[in-house]
Amino acid sequence: MGYPTQYRYTKEHEWIEAKGDTATIGITDYAQHELGDVVFVELPAAGSKLTAGKTFGSVESVKAVSEIYAPASGEVVTANGELQNKPETINSDPHGAGWLIKIKLANPADVNTLMDAAAYEAYIEEKKKEASA
Amino acid sequence: MESVHPPVNSVLRKTPLNALHRRLGAKMVNFGGWDMPVEYPASGGLVAEHKAVRNGVGVFDVSHMGDIRIHAAKQPGGALQAVQHLTMNDASKLVVGQAQYSAMLYPEGTFVDDVIVHRLGEDDYLLVINAGTREKDIGWVKKNTAHFDCTVEDLSDNYTQLAIQGPQAIDVLCKLTDADLDGVKNYWFTHGTVCGLKNTLIARTGYTGEDGFEIYIPAHVTTSERVWNAVIDAGKEFGIVPCGLGARNTLRLEAKMALYEHEINDTINVWEAGLERYCKMDKGDFVGRRGLEKARAAGVQRTLVGLEMVERGIARDGYRCLDESGKVIGVVTSGSPAPTLGKNIALAYVPPGLSAIGTPVYVEIRAQRCKAQVVPTPFYKRIRKASAK
Repeated sequence: MGYPTQYRYTKEHEWIEAKGDTATIGITDYAQHELGDVVFVELPAAGSKLTAGKTFGSVESVKAVSEIYAPASGEVVTANGELQNKPETINSDPHGAGWLIKIKLANPADVNTLMDAAAYEAYIEEKKKEASA
Repeated sequence: MESVHPPVNSVLRKTPLNALHRRLGAKMVNFGGWDMPVEYPASGGLVAEHKAVRNGVGVFDVSHMGDIRIHAAKQPGGALQAVQHLTMNDASKLVVGQAQYSAMLYPEGTFVDDVIVHRLGEDDYLLVINAGTREKDIGWVKKNTAHFDCTVEDLSDNYTQLAIQGPQAIDVLCKLTDADLDGVKNYWFTHGTVCGLKNTLIARTGYTGEDGFEIYIPAHVTTSERVWNAVIDAGKEFGIVPCGLGARNTLRLEAKMALYEHEINDTINVWEAGLERYCKMDKGDFVGRRGLEKARAAGVQRTLVGLEMVERGIARDGYRCLDESGKVIGVVTSGSPAPTLGKNIALAYVPPGLSAIGTPVYVEIRAQRCKAQVVPTPFYKRIRKASAK
């Protein structure tokens, strides 16, 4: 699966797509693959404040819990309610219908400090090499 | 999110099938110092593997398990005496070709390890032990059998062990062997030719709560890969998939089978773990017996129960259990979604007074209290066909 060039990425494997002062956040294809079958998602309510680098929720597979970290600071506008009944959407469409939350960015320019698609792909190639070493 | 798999450490031990697992694209994890497959995404991943074992058949590489043979040195009888001294079940009840679930205990009645004891011959026993406790177990066996007239051999590195599990495991294995598998009852074993390998140990045992077999073949890479591939080919018509430790864990948890360092360890005794039916206090003295008598007289302080989550949330190993007032009452030893049941389940130690079916127990999940209740165990029990009895 390709990594959309209009998204930015974190080392903790979240993606963020900013449009003006709002942004959509999810986890990457690499992340969903590492986790395996997603069975449970815990997301913040609208109005919750996020701080860049701090955890705001969790995604659970059968075998593990993974915390999700905020790629940028802001306030939650809405969470993806569809995931409560169909958490597996994160596996099937991590960069699309499997989005987690939409936020109002505190500082829209912060997003540009994150990795672009090319940098992220290079980053996960390194991770894969470490894992098969 | 954070990566769930730390980089593989080069000092990890590998089974003879390690390269094959990597070629299959398995996700590998460090399990008790072993580099083992946790799931095979290419064949559907953990949930698909779990369901294949419940409904059809799956195959696991369990070569990381250890094997200790105890046999007579000069006079027959010394090996049985040693096994009786070392383990809590009554090995004198075994006939040749029969196996039993048992455990080795510390003098306090807590667990060195749980084991399967196979009676191979007149005074000849094979103890199958856990991977993470191999060295400790072998040291323990040697130390505690020194005064018996028997020979102890560590055969752990001699075998590749494959577990073929599921209601159709018998259909797969019978295509590869001349042994009469129908004649092998649950927890019995036989020897036969498997994939041309003569005198292969074939045991009707497993760790999934399902019917199935475990076979012990020479630990050569090419032989191991040849047999693995033959099992996969023979199982194609039944939808066989390779299965990793992830499915092995969810399958054994549904069946309430203990996992060392989770439900049992060196601080938990037999009464607490609820394994008394495998402990024969009247068989004569054995290591741990006096400790267990003392523990029984002192009263059991905690007991292992099954929990089912009532509220949304997944209990995980190590999470705390609380009562209705918020007081800590115990801890989760294993917790997971249960793929067969579609529920979130857990095993936990709680005080005996809070162990009745239906008792509400709260699990602390990331600073939130989630309601669960005590339910009957095992969570899953297979319906045995008459022929499997």
